[in-house]
Amino acid sequence: MKSKWWLISLLICLAVACLSPLASSSPDGLERVAEDEGFIGLAGEAPFQVIADYVFPGMENEALATILAGIIGTLILFGVAYGIAWLLTLRKRQLA
Amino acid sequence: MHIPDGFLNVATVATTYAVSAGGVGNAVRVANKKLGEKQVPLMGILAAFIFAAQMLNFPIAGGTSGHVIGAALAAILLGPWAAVLIMSCVLIAQSLIFQDGGLLALGANIFNMGIVASFSGYYIYRLVNSLMSGRRGTLVGSFAAAWGSVFLASIFCAIELAVSGASPIGVVLPAMTGVHALIGIGEGLITAAVLGLVLATRADLLQLQRI
Repeated sequence: MKSKWWLISLLICLAVACLSPLASSSPDGLERVAEDEGFIGLAGEAPFQVIADYVFPGMENEALATILAGIIGTLILFGVAYGIAWLLTLRKRQLA
Repeated sequence: MHIPDGFLNVATVATTYAVSAGGVGNAVRVANKKLGEKQVPLMGILAAFIFAAQMLNFPIAGGTSGHVIGAALAAILLGPWAAVLIMSCVLIAQSLIFQDGGLLALGANIFNMGIVASFSGYYIYRLVNSLMSGRRGTLVGSFAAAWGSVFLASIFCAIELAVSGASPIGVVLPAMTGVHALIGIGEGLITAAVLGLVLATRADLLQLQRI
């Protein structure tokens, strides 16, 4: 159990990602200010799109496309941050 | 609070990139020296959780939404430099893969939501914990740290927008801080709830060395 806590935590993170279709689609704080103060028009298009706006491209069901984007992102971030932290502790492990 | 491209001028883009690059570089250096094996899975979990939690926009007043930043949570558990690393991972992935936050604005976004939010959250938490101890200190401290981190990040975001000429400081500063004072309440409640859960299930995670 003790060594598996991070696995349970990762499942909780994935469960949180599955709630993403329930998120409010209202503009966020900065977007609201930019709209109210009239500078939202300055925002430019991204030069390329991968999973733009957390919707996996090419899927009909937007809720599922959002969940899929959330799961992919959650797993990527777990892997990347774990990997970087692992590399940063590599030297100490070799010394020990 | 992810700034898209187009809001910031060249000077602000260059300055924030330079400061954030220095900050992230130092975070790597400090982590290389101090990060222990025990912290490795928690680094991964916090990055994953912060990404997932940031997708959950909650409604606040007046047809506006907000989402957590998560830097205060990471800084309380692992320390401010580790939190800068985690937030940078999240913000870079959001910009490159999910087109949330501009590529040119990435330096500013890492500065506001990574560096400013992590350090302000960390020191507010420590301040509250020096005044009250135990469970109350953890819960009150995490709420205050999370709220303060959002509020301070919004101040810097407003300054960058004003310096870039997007909107006058007298307009954008009260607007940004006003809306983020509300969003910060959500951040505070969620951060305190997560720390309450950690305290109840894995209190030892709060005893890790912070870097």
